[in-house]
Amino acid sequence: MKVSYYPGCSLHGTAKEYDQSVRVVSRALGIELEEIEDWSCCGASSAHNTNFKLSVALPARDLIAAEKKPHDIMIPCAACFNRFKTTEHHLKHDQALKAEIEEIVGGSYQGSAAIRNPIDIIANTIGLDALKEKVVKKLTGLKPASYYGCLLLRPPEVCRFDDTENPVLLDHILSALGAEVSPWSFKTDCCGGSLTISKTEAVVTMVDRLMTMAREAGANCLVTACPVCTANLDMRASRHLALPVFYFTELAALAMGQEGPEGWCRLHQTDPRPLLKELKLL
Amino acid sequence: MNTFLEEVNEKINGVPIQRCYHCRKCTAGCPMAVAMEHNPNRVIKMIQMGRGEEVLASATIWLCVSCETCITRCPNEVDIARMMDVLRQMAIERGVAAKEKNILKFHEAFLANIRMGGRINEPSLMVHYKLKSGDLFSDMAMGLDMFMKGKLSLISPRTKDMKSVRRIFEKTKQA
Repeated sequence: MKVSYYPGCSLHGTAKEYDQSVRVVSRALGIELEEIEDWSCCGASSAHNTNFKLSVALPARDLIAAEKKPHDIMIPCAACFNRFKTTEHHLKHDQALKAEIEEIVGGSYQGSAAIRNPIDIIANTIGLDALKEKVVKKLTGLKPASYYGCLLLRPPEVCRFDDTENPVLLDHILSALGAEVSPWSFKTDCCGGSLTISKTEAVVTMVDRLMTMAREAGANCLVTACPVCTANLDMRASRHLALPVFYFTELAALAMGQEGPEGWCRLHQTDPRPLLKELKLL
Repeated sequence: MNTFLEEVNEKINGVPIQRCYHCRKCTAGCPMAVAMEHNPNRVIKMIQMGRGEEVLASATIWLCVSCETCITRCPNEVDIARMMDVLRQMAIERGVAAKEKNILKFHEAFLANIRMGGRINEPSLMVHYKLKSGDLFSDMAMGLDMFMKGKLSLISPRTKDMKSVRRIFEKTKQA
């Protein structure tokens, strides 16, 4: 399948291992990525916190650009994904706002392209059986706690591709890769990512709680689909609690025997290589 | 003239917040309630009681992380996350000083960065934020470590059609 690809700003910077692993995994699964032409930032938390119309107009510019192609839009970053879905929701439910935003952006919005996270595309379109067939190295011994964070699934009427309170698709993907998923009840508890720079002390408490609960559930790593969560969990955890944090696509690439995982691991704050070497996965 | 409550409801453009029956589910699930001087349920009550000025001057509205747990769990579909957005924007419009200054400064630096290049360049965002906030030395070691790992590139691809991005900022500029 072919998709329009929106990497977003983080994937060109601090989350470059997410971008690279998404590309590698997509290629291996037969998903062709075509980057949205001349995309701009979605505005993230800072736009909707301070200026509602700006927060709708910025993603609308990218949506209108993407609609020129007849493909679904793949957005790996949970924060971008949420802004795009929220914008779609506003534009489809408020005709007056839609007209105003179209005038601001200078284009018309059709609402024709589906906005999707790679978890959804891999689990629901490619399929878990097809994923399993590509696995050459089962992730035996890896006990991930899957962490969805806030923005992939809330609010439910906007982002509905998995259960809001107890999502399972990421667990299914990790199980298909041969990992032993640790069930826990903090999958969608907030890590405080959007305040990691401007209110660090409050965020450290939130991250440490997640790490403590993941350890209590028997996990030896956390797995996310969000550059904000990953950076926050990986940077802010107290040293005695920190577990390695992976993007789910890094693990998929590892299980599929693709090039890249060892180099990506070097970019993490908490080095996952000792764990992977102990489990003979690297 | 509209009351504060009416103004908030109009801007939320959804379920009126009077529909809240104060079950406090929003507050039970709020990850930041512990750090707030007025929890989310209390903010609703304060708005109903006409204490809007206190709400706009509070740290609470800036500490909300927009995780949307409240709206997801509210049995009456009161959009508290959107209400917090509305309150922040009202505080800015009315010139009420943000009690959590650095949080607002971060947002301003973030948006200025988009306005400049269409996309966020993380190192230049951090420098701008540090100059604005005066918080120069936190995270220096981590920043250096990330730089050495090649995660912070000083030059990153930017949007070419900057005219269209600036047009969006111009047309959505608040008075």
